[in-house]
Amino acid sequence: MADVTAPAPIAPAARAPKAHPFRDVLVKRLGFGILTLFIVSILVFAATQVLPGNAASAALQNTATPARLHALEIQMHLNRSAVAQYWSWLTGLLHGNFGTSIVNNASVSSLIGGRVLNTAVLMLLAGVIGTVIGVVLGMLAAARRDSWFDHGLSVIALAVTALPEFVVAMALVTFFAALVWHILPAVSVYPPGVSPWSIPSLLVLPVATLVIVIVPYTFRMMRAAMIDALESDYVEMAKLKGMSRWRVLAVHALPNAIAPTIQVIGLNFLYLAGGVVVVEYVFNYPGLGQALVNAVSDRDIPVIQFIVLLLAAFYVVVNIATDLISLAATPRRRLPRS
Amino acid sequence: MASSAALAVLQSAGRGRARRREWAAVLGRAVRTPRGATGLSIVGIVVLIAAIGPALTPYSSTQFVTAPFANPSGTFLLGADVLGRDVLSRTLDGGWVLLLMAAVATLLGVVGGAICGVCAAYFGGHWDTLIMRIVDIVLAFPQLVFALLLVSVLGPKIWLIVLAVGISHAPQVARVTRAAALDVCERDFVRAAQILGMPARRVLRREVLPNLTSVLMVELGLRLTYSILVIAGLSFLGFGLQPPAASWGLMINENRIGLVANPWGVLAPTLLIAALTIGMNTLTDAVARASLGVGRQADDALLSGISAAGAVQ
Repeated sequence: MADVTAPAPIAPAARAPKAHPFRDVLVKRLGFGILTLFIVSILVFAATQVLPGNAASAALQNTATPARLHALEIQMHLNRSAVAQYWSWLTGLLHGNFGTSIVNNASVSSLIGGRVLNTAVLMLLAGVIGTVIGVVLGMLAAARRDSWFDHGLSVIALAVTALPEFVVAMALVTFFAALVWHILPAVSVYPPGVSPWSIPSLLVLPVATLVIVIVPYTFRMMRAAMIDALESDYVEMAKLKGMSRWRVLAVHALPNAIAPTIQVIGLNFLYLAGGVVVVEYVFNYPGLGQALVNAVSDRDIPVIQFIVLLLAAFYVVVNIATDLISLAATPRRRLPRS
Repeated sequence: MASSAALAVLQSAGRGRARRREWAAVLGRAVRTPRGATGLSIVGIVVLIAAIGPALTPYSSTQFVTAPFANPSGTFLLGADVLGRDVLSRTLDGGWVLLLMAAVATLLGVVGGAICGVCAAYFGGHWDTLIMRIVDIVLAFPQLVFALLLVSVLGPKIWLIVLAVGISHAPQVARVTRAAALDVCERDFVRAAQILGMPARRVLRREVLPNLTSVLMVELGLRLTYSILVIAGLSFLGFGLQPPAASWGLMINENRIGLVANPWGVLAPTLLIAALTIGMNTLTDAVARASLGVGRQADDALLSGISAAGAVQ
């Protein structure tokens, strides 16, 4: 049976090697991604096992009596072996049962559900706005290389790259919400059940903070890639045949400069996954990051486990997307190497 | 015959040993540029404040001396904080732990990462695959989140935060070092040392590592900046030095409700952290420019913390 079917897939592959570069990359990356997530889930679970005492005594803290401890241990299945606990946790996750908060006994999915959307809105807005600003500024700086505009932007980028999110956030609050002007709210407290985009003024400062933090990376990469592209023969050719300056920039140089920048844009999105934690905390924005900080303060292990796993899954997905998009932006790499 | 040729190659590459002080030379060249000089002086001032500050505090940093959020006055130059403690004293006292933690975490991360990266490049094969897979997995945790996970399990202990930040640096350092070491390991003098039967540890230490000096210096600077960022961030979130101790990140969080009443409680630590990271980044930039004779793109990619290895190979 195996002898009959085995040669079949090889024959077309030999005729047209790498006919499906997208599928190949997707399958390979997806495989690694699932493996990564599996190992991350083991690590996240193992973290709860090294807890001094156990999760039950940590949850009860000084309200622990032997009877309450015992009841909670049974509720949390702590009386079973570590492997059995891991297995029931993992199968629960795959069935959509994400566990129960130790602190208030609510299910993790009810605590986290709405927050995922809020954080997604924040990250997407910051990521998209930051990318557009970074790409445009990088293009302009490269087009006017060594002008005061270019030097000024480079110095600002160098300085801003190094700033922690909470420093940027406090600076923005100082200028726009507290000391200089009072045009924006200093915290983004949403009434329960209200979606973040329904009160846009509350989104301005958190998004602006994240944008300021990620723009320098995109800007610097874009500027460097654009300078490379502008020094190439095809741009020289386009200029010599009398094409307008902006057309050369947008039509010839930009598509070639964007490919290396896509990696940086991907990294920026990954960076946002960590950046939202502090920004949501500063502005009291009801998202995953704020939930994570609260859960860490309360040592609410099931909530922490789930959020960390969610962020790891985000990492895997963004990496795959980055690979596929940069493959799409670099036609050269799609050709068979022969 | 092979070994005499190998010996000749090794002797001609003897400058590898003569360049033992290369890091000093690179640093010297870097601080003579305007960027390097600016970066070094900013970092120097902040480090000085943090280091000798605790000896200069006019009041105890944990003592209640006046009304909460009192405005700056002749006796309390920067006013008072949320509990009526002297902001100037707390600012002078609140930096050295951050700097010490960042320095140790950076050393841990860069040394650990460099060892992993060099070994992956030199031994290759299964070692390479194994090390790089582990790197991929650790990278799936955002740095801050990784530290938060450990803190949630073991509590906000100083050593734990240092360890967590160190571990979370190692993968990036390993990637960059591996990429650079792959080039070095291909070179003749490494081959020659191998042919002469030099043990792997010695080849790595005497032939490979000296040629990674500039790469590691840039990594050291970058990771130090990120260590300060993450540790100050954790402290801001309340997972660092615990109150009533003074710490810049913690001060910003404690005093931000009084931003209008007495802005100095927030501004002083914020400005110091900002100056420290900007200065550090500027200095690192100057070091990278002084040491790497590479194209602008690789240069910029490296400086923006992306690493020559890239996210995807």
